Amino acid sequence: MSGSGRHPALDCVHCGFCLPVCPTWTVWGREPDSPRGRIEIARAMLDGAAPTAEMVSHLDSCLGCMACLAACPSGVRYDAVIEEARSRVEASGVRTSADAGRRSAIFSLFPHPGRLRVAAVFLWLWRITGLRWLTRATGLTRLLPFIGRLDALAPDLGFGEVTSSLPAGARAAGTSRGRVALVGGCVQRVFFPGVNEATLRVLSAEGYDVVVPLGQGCCGALSVHAGRDDEARAMTRALVERLEASGADTFLVNAAGCGSHLKDLGHLFRNDPAWRDRAVEFSRKVKDVTEFLAAVAPRAERHPIPGKVAYHSPCHLGHAQGIQDPPRALLRAIPGLELVEVAEGDQCCGSAGIYNLVQVEASDELGARKAANVMATGAPYLASANPGCTLQVQRVLREKGAAVQAAHPIEILDASIQGKPFPGRRG
Amino acid sequence: MSGPASLSDLAGRMAAVVGARNCFSAGPDLLTYECDGLTHGRTRPDLVVLPGSTAEVVEVVRLARASGRPIVPRGSGTGLSGGARPVPGCVVVALSRMRRILEVNLEDGWVRVEPGVLNLDVTKHVSAAGHYYAPDPSSQSICSIGGNVAENSGGAHCLKYGFTVNHVLGARLVLHDGKVVDIGGPALDAPGHDLLAALVGSEGMLGIVTEVTLRLLRKPEATRTFFATFPSTDEGGEAVSRIIAAGILPAAIEMMDRLAIEAAKAATGLDWPDVGAALLMDADGPAAEVEDLSARAVKIAREVGALELRLPRNEAERQLMWKGRKSAFAAVGRISPNYLVEDGTIPRSEIAPVLREIESMARDNGLRVANVFHAGDGNLHPLVLYDARNGGEEERAENLGGDILRMCVRRGGSITGEHGVGAEKAAYMADMYGESDLETMQWVRAAFDPEGAMNPGKVFPKLRLCGEKPGPGGLEHPAVKSGEVQRW
Repeated sequence: MSGSGRHPALDCVHCGFCLPVCPTWTVWGREPDSPRGRIEIARAMLDGAAPTAEMVSHLDSCLGCMACLAACPSGVRYDAVIEEARSRVEASGVRTSADAGRRSAIFSLFPHPGRLRVAAVFLWLWRITGLRWLTRATGLTRLLPFIGRLDALAPDLGFGEVTSSLPAGARAAGTSRGRVALVGGCVQRVFFPGVNEATLRVLSAEGYDVVVPLGQGCCGALSVHAGRDDEARAMTRALVERLEASGADTFLVNAAGCGSHLKDLGHLFRNDPAWRDRAVEFSRKVKDVTEFLAAVAPRAERHPIPGKVAYHSPCHLGHAQGIQDPPRALLRAIPGLELVEVAEGDQCCGSAGIYNLVQVEASDELGARKAANVMATGAPYLASANPGCTLQVQRVLREKGAAVQAAHPIEILDASIQGKPFPGRRG
Repeated sequence: MSGPASLSDLAGRMAAVVGARNCFSAGPDLLTYECDGLTHGRTRPDLVVLPGSTAEVVEVVRLARASGRPIVPRGSGTGLSGGARPVPGCVVVALSRMRRILEVNLEDGWVRVEPGVLNLDVTKHVSAAGHYYAPDPSSQSICSIGGNVAENSGGAHCLKYGFTVNHVLGARLVLHDGKVVDIGGPALDAPGHDLLAALVGSEGMLGIVTEVTLRLLRKPEATRTFFATFPSTDEGGEAVSRIIAAGILPAAIEMMDRLAIEAAKAATGLDWPDVGAALLMDADGPAAEVEDLSARAVKIAREVGALELRLPRNEAERQLMWKGRKSAFAAVGRISPNYLVEDGTIPRSEIAPVLREIESMARDNGLRVANVFHAGDGNLHPLVLYDARNGGEEERAENLGGDILRMCVRRGGSITGEHGVGAEKAAYMADMYGESDLETMQWVRAAFDPEGAMNPGKVFPKLRLCGEKPGPGGLEHPAVKSGEVQRW
């Protein structure tokens, strides 16, 4: 509900300011595939219309990048509108069985770090045994496009990485300035384990004790963005309980998608009297790690990392959390590092949670646009603070044969503190 | 050509021209096209078609006309007078896929674009080279050039630089029968009738514009902005009159009243104070001239009783001040569940008394009116706030809006400054023009489109019915109910 007590879809005044920032409208120019168009559909469902195949296709095409949220002068809570509309779709049974099956396959894999790790081990085996070559040569990946897509997205990992576990925590170097708890993320933990390790080293070097509560599952962000509310609430409750039990009063997140969700739990639990206040209180303590570090005086010395670094602003950091300056400020403080902006930097890269697995066409178009803009900067390095974005942008850069090395800002900061060169993998 | 028999047959033929994904006929796909930026009076079209080229527009127009359906052109759908509102049984031709910048000639200062190109994108495209496109409607981040041409759009900086009509050099137009005509061009002052002046502001009634050649300007050497607050709109209005009377021509001079300031603050987080009125002024040109002009304007503002004067410390702060002003319309959604955006002009010297009269009219009707406007042009934008959930309030708001416009005419102004007449203000045209004036305009329209198939039901009042209001029983005349006639 909005401040006026009405359903947020009714707050839209149809001014159209959301259109030019919407990636699907920018690519297609078709208004049902814009925030304004989707809000109309949400209103129709609110008035009792049953979801149709057309409605579902327009709701599905939304990347959830939330660029419209920042652009809306009327303050419409589009995030609440789209999530609720999607949960109506999921409850309606309008999806074809093939579509529903594919979605449920995705949701039985990605939000489960344990299963994701098993999949990563299989992917690793598949790649090193030559089976990948065989499936590609025989055209099997074309017959199973979903597997091919996963393969194209997943980075090359070593065995040590696919089997690494969440680090236990770290003690402050020197006198402690405080105690914080870290959220490990799912996709990040499995595909980019280096990010959590770097986060611990940086926080420790800056004087913080860090706990990484054991048994962390998914935070529920992927599910809530797709309208799977009950599943999301169950996951979120479990994670909140684990983190609260750590006794820390600051919960740090280094994956933007997780952070934007965990900062807004009041909405997810708005109809749950037992959890509503607890959720709001929890969200108040959540911070992105760059937001946290940029607000405190640096303690560890930064060593030079010479070179041009393009900054990719993940939608769930820039739009959903409004965090623009902190990661940039942290990077600019590294001697020798020249930070450059990517043209159309506010536009989504097409990754968007599970979007690049289910909306291939739009995702590819946006990915190509992003890659071209990254390449136009001429920077050999890319800073990206969200694992989904990094996978997507690297995939497209790899396909284009561009040699751009990507890393999370916290990994770059870590390398600077340790006096190492630019970290990360070449795409 | 023989006409397609049924709607589904027509949809199939349209899809063959523009691609199935660019032709909408299913209910849920049509919802967002039922209105533009003016949301009441929603009407469902038969079809929405999104052509990708002039050739496709020609085919689409021919097919629609062969089926006997009227055509409603649409740009980005941000208009505030219902100019792109569908009529029953029509085909909406939306130009938002035609957004290529076709040719740029910086040396001679022009650019040729498709109609779906966004206003601000023209400037973005040429700004690195030090150029820009001057007309800047508050919706410039989203409104399309085609829509600007249809409405002869203005904007804050039109005080110094003129409206769209002063910046269009040429246009390609698809007529009702599919014929393609080119009007004007990059060379200045084409011989023959000045059809461009007739086309710009014709609200989609003469045809569909598929290419526009626009004049580009060099960015001024310097721009100085200041924000001044006043106890009330009396002092604000006085400041505007005296600044212009002193021979200063600001690039823009905008005024907001207390409610508009409150809304802009809510939308942007600006730390503007709660005051009765605020002015936002830009002076631009050669640095020396700008320094002198803005210093004199600041002095005048102080003399008439400005409470506070703020100068932006950097470009980002300046942009934020303008963002506050430019998002003010939609921001009013934060302080009122519903509102009407009115648009009228008055002589500049009448600003203070007119605002007082609006305030008293609002009070008599038990409603609030926020004012945000281009003060230098005397172009008012009264925003009538209401809550549609309260029975009768919407109608009272509409009546108040109408009364304000009529008052503007009485004071020597007009019923629209820049938003167009559209569907909403057609009924007020008779307050401005006599019958022979309107008839002459109809002759021009008929010369382009004898059947009145392009954007019907806009601008011109429908058949006249006795102007009396419905009786105490509130019963409306059946012909009014059916939409065949209207009271004016």
